[in-house]
Amino acid sequence: MLTPVLALVVAVLIGGLIVALMGKSPLTAFRVFILDPLTDPWAMQEVLLKATPLTLIAIGLLFCFRASRWNIGAEGQFLLGGICGGGVAILAHGMTGFWILPAMLIAGALGGLAYAAIPAVLRTRFGISEILTSLMLVYVADLLLDYLVRGPWRDPKGFNFPQSVAFSDSAVLQPLFEGGRLHAGLLLALAAVLVAFVLFRRTLFGFAVSASGDAPRAANFAGFNESRITVLVFLISGALAGLAGVVEVSGQVGQLRPGFGQGLGFTAIIVAFLGRLTPAGAGLSAIVIAVLLIGAESAQVTLKLPFDLTRFFMGLLLLCVLVGESLNRYRLEIRKGGA
Amino acid sequence: MLRHSFKLGAFALAVGLGAASLAAPALAQEKLKVGFIYVGPVGDFGWSYQHDVGRKAIEAAFPGKVETTFIENVPEADSERSIEQLARTGHKLIFTTSFGYMEPTLKVAKKYPNVMFEHATGYKRDKNVATYSAKFHEGRYIIGKIAGKMSKTGTIGYVGSMPIPEVIAGINAFYLGAKSVNPTIKIKIAWVNAWFDPGKEGDAAKALMDQGADIITQHTDSPAPLQQAAARGNLAFGQASDMTAFGPKNILTSIIDDWNPYYIERTRAMLEGKWASQDVFDGIAKGKVKMGPYVNMPDDVKKIAMETEEGIRTGKIDPFTCPVIAQDGKAVECKDGKLNDGQIAGMNFYVQGIEGTVPK
Repeated sequence: MLTPVLALVVAVLIGGLIVALMGKSPLTAFRVFILDPLTDPWAMQEVLLKATPLTLIAIGLLFCFRASRWNIGAEGQFLLGGICGGGVAILAHGMTGFWILPAMLIAGALGGLAYAAIPAVLRTRFGISEILTSLMLVYVADLLLDYLVRGPWRDPKGFNFPQSVAFSDSAVLQPLFEGGRLHAGLLLALAAVLVAFVLFRRTLFGFAVSASGDAPRAANFAGFNESRITVLVFLISGALAGLAGVVEVSGQVGQLRPGFGQGLGFTAIIVAFLGRLTPAGAGLSAIVIAVLLIGAESAQVTLKLPFDLTRFFMGLLLLCVLVGESLNRYRLEIRKGGA
Repeated sequence: MLRHSFKLGAFALAVGLGAASLAAPALAQEKLKVGFIYVGPVGDFGWSYQHDVGRKAIEAAFPGKVETTFIENVPEADSERSIEQLARTGHKLIFTTSFGYMEPTLKVAKKYPNVMFEHATGYKRDKNVATYSAKFHEGRYIIGKIAGKMSKTGTIGYVGSMPIPEVIAGINAFYLGAKSVNPTIKIKIAWVNAWFDPGKEGDAAKALMDQGADIITQHTDSPAPLQQAAARGNLAFGQASDMTAFGPKNILTSIIDDWNPYYIERTRAMLEGKWASQDVFDGIAKGKVKMGPYVNMPDDVKKIAMETEEGIRTGKIDPFTCPVIAQDGKAVECKDGKLNDGQIAGMNFYVQGIEGTVPK
């Protein structure tokens, strides 16, 4: 458990060095990048707001990755969730009613679920690599969104700009705190972490998922059906990514528009691995990534550091974790005299 | 309960911050902080780059009195936080420089009534939200004339970003300019659905040239279309800034956005306490739209271009002089002999002669 923490420390030290080389104070950078987002109430809310979809998607990905099924297309499932949930909001535009939000959430989860079923079935039926199909379906989802917001769902009063109407209040996840933007989606993310935790720790299904990833042959002998597990982990993953999509659309964006995915579905892959494929780890690493994103923006404002530094830090962090992992597993030995 | 304890925490922090600021020595004179939100990187050498030139012009115009900040590469769907980030860090004047920042800007403006916002190319205003844009279509009318004269194949490729009125008006003005010197000219339009995506912009330019276009013009932010045209020895125009460096032998001229005077004027208004919400839409006459040097063309074409520019400056020429005939063959409603600013800012139709339909 210590390795990721150590990796984080090493990443911070290297990052500090780079900042110092750029002629800025590493201590100030540390404060802006890491301390402020974790202490200032406004920034804390923004961090949790950003971590919410990341956590939801990453929790879903855990199921796939633990079972060694490579769902690379969470971004597409996320978009489909936003499209289906947002579609409900658009159809119910101008209406009020307590049913709208739940209907949106369900539609979003179902949309993501159905979309993830495609690569799962293609793999179990035809043996097609789910890595490729799930990834390519991201572009299809992107274009579908594009078509919808330019065509049938375009805001008629929006001067032709590719975006839907702004959702009515009853289709918007309301803020938890007055004046802030953090919404109830956070509770869904927390619930997802808890449920995943219990599933992996206490249920046969959770065990079957891990077993089929770690030792597929043994899992087969134990009577776990490989195809069934493939489909199930994809459905869970898709549903959670879809849920994340509708949560983001309803709570943060407030309308459908191209690019609402922001690559969160891809970032969540990093989140899942950074958290070493554990539910609590996913939640924590989502916060770490969110802190970096928010911190980077503050760094642009207060330290005038360039934007690209954020990406650099994220890459650095992941690299440190991966290196830490292998150093953890293998012992480094230097031999004299060569091979 | 959660809400309650959160407020308590915020209160404790506020008290703490208050104590800290009491202890700090008073600042000699507080600078006006001006913030910018860019949709692309400042290094796009087009749209965002020109806004950043304007930001630097503010710093140069009021030495010691202003401090400027920018956040670049801000996705439109996730911009509310970035805008609020500027508002809550003491920036009193904030320029949000892309159409898609409209709703987020209005939302943040409601929360920060003492911060003044300026939204580029939008149409929704508030007490503390002004809008500003430029008549880029005036420049497009001029380059239309150049393209109409210079094209050998009679087909011009137009790389469009998004089918919003500003872009549609640009296409119409360009076509009207081209048709006025070459009645049989054709334009082909490729939409890339992005403001800044060099890969897609370049691909669109290639596709247009494959379809017979020998001149490329663009309403996107990067020099990629110009570079692709140059790679095939075709002619093209620069967009937003003087892009000569990206194709010195192939560029005809550039339409240059010059935000400097506007940004300086608004900052001055802020410093003097005279800022008020407004909507500004001006072009060549006020110097907000400028033309780059006219190069790689014979003297007679150059003469036409310069005369057209001068005519627009003095008000003798207007790209949308009536009758303006829409695709359906009907003349557009018209007073004073030309379309008014509202009609241009909300333009949603192609003029007669352009093939295809406005993407819907």
